[in-house]
Amino acid sequence: MYSSVPEFRVLIDKQRCRLCKRCIENCSFGALEWRGDKVKAFDDRCVACLRCVSMCPEDAITLRRTPSDVSAHPVWTENARRDVFTQSRTGAILLASTGNELHESIIFDHLLLDACQVTNPAIDPLREPIELRTYIGRKPRSVEFEAIGDSIKLKTELSPALRLDIPIMIAQMSYGAISLEAHEALARAAVMRGTTMGSGEGGLHKNLYPYSDHIIVQVASGRFGVHPAYLEAGAAVEIKIGQGAKPGIGGHLPGTKITDEISEARMIPIGADAISPAPHHDIYSIEDLAQLVNSLKEATRYKKPVLVKIAAVHNVAAISSGICRAGADAIVIDGFRAGTGATPKVIRDNVGIPIELAIAVVDQRLREEGIRRETSLIASGTIRNSGDVAKAIALGADAVKIGTAALIALGCTVCKRCYTGKCAWGIATQDPKLRSRLDPADGAQRVSNLLLAWSIELKEILGAAGINSIESLRGNRDRLRGYGLDHTTLEILGVQHAGS
Amino acid sequence: MCSILGIVNASGKLFSASSIIEGITLMNERCNGLGGGFAAYGLYPEYKEYYALHILLKDFEQKDRVEEMLKEHVDIYKDEEIETRNVQGISQDYLPWRFFVDVPERYAHDADNYIIDLSMKINDTGNALVISSGKNMGVFKAIGYPDQVAKLYKLEKYEAYMWLAHGRYPTNTRGWWGGAHPFSILDCSIVHNGEITSYGTNRRFLELYGYKCSYFTDSEVLAYLWDLLVRRHKLPIDVASEVLAPPFWEQIERMPGEKRRIIEALRITYGPAMVNGPFGIVIANSTGLTGVAGNGTMVGLSDRIKLRPLVCAQKDDYTFMASEESAIKAVCKNPDIVWAPGAGKPTVATVTGDV
Repeated sequence: MYSSVPEFRVLIDKQRCRLCKRCIENCSFGALEWRGDKVKAFDDRCVACLRCVSMCPEDAITLRRTPSDVSAHPVWTENARRDVFTQSRTGAILLASTGNELHESIIFDHLLLDACQVTNPAIDPLREPIELRTYIGRKPRSVEFEAIGDSIKLKTELSPALRLDIPIMIAQMSYGAISLEAHEALARAAVMRGTTMGSGEGGLHKNLYPYSDHIIVQVASGRFGVHPAYLEAGAAVEIKIGQGAKPGIGGHLPGTKITDEISEARMIPIGADAISPAPHHDIYSIEDLAQLVNSLKEATRYKKPVLVKIAAVHNVAAISSGICRAGADAIVIDGFRAGTGATPKVIRDNVGIPIELAIAVVDQRLREEGIRRETSLIASGTIRNSGDVAKAIALGADAVKIGTAALIALGCTVCKRCYTGKCAWGIATQDPKLRSRLDPADGAQRVSNLLLAWSIELKEILGAAGINSIESLRGNRDRLRGYGLDHTTLEILGVQHAGS
Repeated sequence: MCSILGIVNASGKLFSASSIIEGITLMNERCNGLGGGFAAYGLYPEYKEYYALHILLKDFEQKDRVEEMLKEHVDIYKDEEIETRNVQGISQDYLPWRFFVDVPERYAHDADNYIIDLSMKINDTGNALVISSGKNMGVFKAIGYPDQVAKLYKLEKYEAYMWLAHGRYPTNTRGWWGGAHPFSILDCSIVHNGEITSYGTNRRFLELYGYKCSYFTDSEVLAYLWDLLVRRHKLPIDVASEVLAPPFWEQIERMPGEKRRIIEALRITYGPAMVNGPFGIVIANSTGLTGVAGNGTMVGLSDRIKLRPLVCAQKDDYTFMASEESAIKAVCKNPDIVWAPGAGKPTVATVTGDV
């Protein structure tokens, strides 16, 4: 029976190849094998991770997409056909990694930023300070003072807040889903740039505790690795209710990935499957969430902010209002394009709403209810560059989180095979041989560089708009215009069309 | 570009409009005839117990409607047309009216907020604009150069102990009577030169505290922010100034303990109230403010990197605050002292005499 056409063709230039076999050594997907006197490629196993291409000393390898044309059909696209073929063979859920691949139109790309001309001066970030510092947490309604003689003393007590030097945080990715080396690289980058990274739901390896004042420790439905010292170590605690790549779906880290070190961090037996249920088994309603928020605050003696992360689903505004009233110091909203290591493809591509709309409606809803200052909003899922950061903040986010972008900085080539555990770049794998390919110090430097570059660009964006501090961009939708967006979208975003 | 000028007499002595008109007119090249206005304090000593509402009406019919609305909420002690004359170049788009009103007994405990809510309700109708609502003070404004507006309202007839003036060169909204400065809320008036790049953030922050912005111009938020910080939250003037034009984090890091804690708390709490973009402003209140005794206060302030000019001077018991030194020199040949306030640093003049 006909099986679907391989996605890629691996071309090896025979004249260039010096038969060093380095490509075979590097391919973790078994797409290259030695056949007596030559390297043979198995196209159907190639995932285009580009490891062989970049490791070949002679630049002898080229990948081509879709080597064989298929009879075209506008509905039965090649992808649609491939999925049917695969499922008719396996009878199983299609697994996928990274984010939504179906919806190509990204609202961020239809939003335009503003700049000053003549009537007020743009500010040159090379000459004038421009500030990015951001505080995440509950803000008081007013500041009160006590007069003591001629001087005044602060009377208002502030809630615990996360102080960030830049409004860009590194998202929650667990040790288990990614390697210890990747985890450490992200933590060190967070320290270098004065921001935070997320532990993910897999606990915290002991090697990461030195960086823990820049780590937000997660409490998810599996409660893996949650113990007093873990909560105590983190800069903040984040309850994960859902994530944008798989709203309403739990997680499953297969037992084969539960090595001794992961077993220790997650506090489960070696080789046992780590299953995160879809809901927390003690949270079946909003009041249950309030109890967990409060017990985590109690456990950390009210010294740490408690964040709650949800996927952007249809009713995100009302849900966020409930979460705010449950006492969350910040709400992380993960859009429908958010990435992941493994998710059912049908969920990834079909469930949830875009982060741009979610942030806009949540910010507006909390304002209408007069509770916006009681919680911070963090946007994640499709933050690809500093322009997206600025737009998310102008729509109403206090800060953003990046996941995929940080992994790309570590060397990820977005081959979308995280769920196989064979990541050739040492990121989404627990294989010691593959892990050794990622140097945490080097990775940290690259992620730090990325954050630095975006910070400089953010300052340029702010300066051009005549703003010298990020808080004056926050929720400032007047400085955005839509271009090619329909009326309803603009109305929900609270943004005017370009030209108006 | 706009021109701003404020003159205050610390003893509370009333003086005519001639110097404020002469000073602001000297800066006519900073404006383009699309808005001029004045605020005067000490205008109505015989009615100083009553809120004086200056209202711009579309026509006589609106006058009746507004009067109906007022009668439902307050006791009208007296009302009259604000006298005007025909001035070439000014089209009389609105009918200015003044009402002296009193808040009914049962709302007296919160009279100020009651008057603010009422003013915003009237503005919401879209057919009438409350341009000032304080006691013993009033705002006069229209489309035109400031000297034309002064003629229009026959300002030569009035005396005050504190005057503000503004000449407008609109850059972000059309010129209309409501968009002219000063902007006023209760007895607090503000004249502004600049353009607020944080307007959207400021407006949405103010909405959280019940303010509605209805003048389609950025300067409006300054008056409301000052009202929120100084009257409602009772912040001392230098503290409120530090909210509008906060020190940079780098400077804050170097501050001593308690001072640093205070500024951090301010920036965390009032971040969205920070005013970004260039501004030079003069603010007037007919009361003392927290930490400052007196019967009137004038505050001059610029943005934290001073992208707009502001010059101050003193002569005997007069204080001047202006966009340009020339405007001060035009009405006060030999000031005792002239100085340029530092970026983001407030200059405060208080009225200590009886008014």
